[in-house]
Amino acid sequence: MTNTHHEPLMRIVKRSESTFKHKVIIRLIAVLLALVIDAMFIYFVTGLNPFAVYTTMFQGTFSNPMRFSWAMRDLASLLLVGIALAPAFKMRFWNIGAEGQVLVGALATAAVMVYYGGKLPNALLYPTMLIAALAAGALWGFVPGVFKAKFGTNETLFTLMMNYVAIQLVACCVNIWRGQASGLGKLNMKSKAGWFPQVFGQRYNINLIVVVLLVVLMYCYLRYTKQGYEISVVGESENTARYAGINVGKVIIRTMILSGALCGLTGFLIVGGRDQTISTGTAGGNGFTAIIVAWLAKFNTFYMALISFLLIFLEKGAGEIASAYNLNDFASDIIAGIILFCILGSEFFINYKPIFRSSKQTSIGKEVA
Amino acid sequence: MEYAIELRHITKTFGSVVANHDVSLDVRKGEILSLLGENGSGKTTLMNMIAGIYYPDSGEIIVDGKLVEIRSPKDAYALGIGMVHQHFKLIDVFTAAENIALVLDKQEKYNLKDIKAKAQQICERYSFDIDLEQKVYEMSVSQKQTLEIIKMLYRGAQLLILDEPTAVLTPQETEKLFAVMRNMRADGKSIIIITHKLHEVLSISDRVAILRKGEYAGTIDTAAADEASLTELMVGKKVELNIEREAPVNPHLRLNVHNLTITNAEGIKVLDQVSFEAFSGEILGIAGISGNGQKELLEAIAGLQHPEKDSSIVYYPDDDRDSTAEQLIGKSPKNIRDMGIHLSFVPEDRLGMGLVGSMGMIDNMMLKTYSEGHSPLVDRKGPRYLAEEIKDELGVVTPSISTPVSRLSGGNVQKVLVGREIAAAPSVLMTAYAVRGLDINTSYTIYHLLNEQKKSGVAIIYVGEDLDVLIDLCDRILILCGGKCNGIVDARKTNKEEVGLLMTRLAGKQEGGVA
Repeated sequence: MTNTHHEPLMRIVKRSESTFKHKVIIRLIAVLLALVIDAMFIYFVTGLNPFAVYTTMFQGTFSNPMRFSWAMRDLASLLLVGIALAPAFKMRFWNIGAEGQVLVGALATAAVMVYYGGKLPNALLYPTMLIAALAAGALWGFVPGVFKAKFGTNETLFTLMMNYVAIQLVACCVNIWRGQASGLGKLNMKSKAGWFPQVFGQRYNINLIVVVLLVVLMYCYLRYTKQGYEISVVGESENTARYAGINVGKVIIRTMILSGALCGLTGFLIVGGRDQTISTGTAGGNGFTAIIVAWLAKFNTFYMALISFLLIFLEKGAGEIASAYNLNDFASDIIAGIILFCILGSEFFINYKPIFRSSKQTSIGKEVA
Repeated sequence: MEYAIELRHITKTFGSVVANHDVSLDVRKGEILSLLGENGSGKTTLMNMIAGIYYPDSGEIIVDGKLVEIRSPKDAYALGIGMVHQHFKLIDVFTAAENIALVLDKQEKYNLKDIKAKAQQICERYSFDIDLEQKVYEMSVSQKQTLEIIKMLYRGAQLLILDEPTAVLTPQETEKLFAVMRNMRADGKSIIIITHKLHEVLSISDRVAILRKGEYAGTIDTAAADEASLTELMVGKKVELNIEREAPVNPHLRLNVHNLTITNAEGIKVLDQVSFEAFSGEILGIAGISGNGQKELLEAIAGLQHPEKDSSIVYYPDDDRDSTAEQLIGKSPKNIRDMGIHLSFVPEDRLGMGLVGSMGMIDNMMLKTYSEGHSPLVDRKGPRYLAEEIKDELGVVTPSISTPVSRLSGGNVQKVLVGREIAAAPSVLMTAYAVRGLDINTSYTIYHLLNEQKKSGVAIIYVGEDLDVLIDLCDRILILCGGKCNGIVDARKTNKEEVGLLMTRLAGKQEGGVA
């Protein structure tokens, strides 16, 4: 055979441990690259001035304190669900049912507001709402947990189907509560019973305080507690867990109750602190977006906060571009998508590096024996 | 001299780890070359570069006198190089012939009849024993391996690389494989075989190439080698290849297993009325062809199985007084631990049962002890100290004690596991294939550790596959066959033939396989 082979043009090799500086540089390059590609897209496809579009995008979150505050409000909802999913995912329990778990938590909160608002003093009403929401979310997590632990059912399908049950329940209750009205307005509009008090000028600031607390607490729970350790072991191998004397079924059920209850808490915060009403769209897709957040952060809650922020920033920016330049939504989504793609793609280069043909060392003797 | 392949100054690094450094070796046409080296010495990496899985950082590969670039397994096939990996690359639901069809070149037509005819020719030529119509999932490990080799020959391989082919075979199957290998050599093919078993190296190969810590340590003619000289070349210093065995001191009854019967999920009795006693200060060997109930036996004692009703496993703490005896059946591993019984268990599946692969040494140290104490938080101070100690004492090679253990080489993984189980100060120590896949030096370290435990009064149950070692190391040997106890022999008075016969002979049944 004649030798027509050459060294491959490019091959991929694993890096040794990356330094912090190196990681920062790679991510900066990714952002720059994204901006360049986006600039070309903006200039050639939409015909706009890229710099003006970037400024507008930035304004989506940062143009004024109000915008920033809204971004933080939406970030809180997304991040909370991500935190709720972290223990389940760490256990390799694919909880796709966060959307439903948030909804039933929201529904329980709303139900307490509808039936007990004005009848109970606020000091009692809030705890009742909270407990109802936690219990409802926990139940939505408990059911697939038990079936997985006892019968080995597939949790992905199970949790997914539970979402639809939750949506129908909410639709049914909304129909009952709205009476003759065309839609369900804010609950307890006059008495404001069950509405969160304003903190620093906004009701939803309570949500932010809770989410900051939970970022720290969940991080510690997964990392430093015995229960967190058990979750890691069960997630890695059930056989190893049994060998270690861990009651696998108990850990699965307990963790799913926790995950569901935290989703329920999110529902409570959304209804009490943000919407003061409920609809089938209350969870707003956060239950699914949060899966991306949790995965990308490898279940580290601090990274989750950063990734949530990025997603919210891009979402707000895309919306702002669309309205400011009268672009269609798809174009603005492409602009945001390119940025996301580059930043996520850069993760690959943190662990691997490409080696090109010319870089091969040629100092070695060429003679053939 | 004509060479099938020549490697010149091959270097390969993974991050900061140097797997191969400046390795030069050659394989002649029509020879069997053994590639020998300790765990992690870079044998598999080197072979993967020939097979096109990895690309070398620097160095040259010369096939048939021509400088070549092997960028992918496809390039390797084209050059007549075929590798049989430790983990087979077969499709379970396909038949043997369909799996062979998978290696067809793009230009070749898919015609199963032709493929079968051609494969049948290969089988006859080298006397392979295989049914081309059989589905892979119905095959034994040995048949799958045979199929892999046929696949490579079908593709026109002139140089075959076999990565630890005998690790999963019984002695009889190994003999069959060697016969086939000799046939291939007679036909002018070259073979590189990786194995840790020195007696196999001596019996099958023409020359032996040795790697030490990623570097080439030399090639010697097998005729001029013996076990001691090979070990010395491999390790870099003289190693004592004798297993000491002292008489048990003051043995007490520690475990009394009676009528142990286990039925698996498919309703098959994997253990059938097994009864035996294990004493402190003694090593009880368990011999048997893999899959004859060894795994279930150890797991039952560890509390991981659900034995049938009449089974009994009684544990005696200090002496054989019945008053302090404890029944272990029906207890979970945690129950057993809470009773103050220190059972240590080195399971066969190291990363799937004994350790958590994604965790470092520290977190793995506390796998069985993490729940001690009332604090809801885990205490990593003790485990960190223990990890450091095991790393130093057993010479575990790892970048750090927080590096995930799945990234360590097989020998180091086993050291971590055995180290932890011994550090738990057990009264019963069970090991399943403790030296499987380990190089000779590490194996002797493990034998030595077991002997130390024996001296300190631990009852040891050693499930092994190497009959020479079982006979040299153990005090008594229990032979399992088809889930039944086929006898318990005195290791000092028995021989390989007797044990081998008991392993395969069962009333009215020749082969003792259950699975």
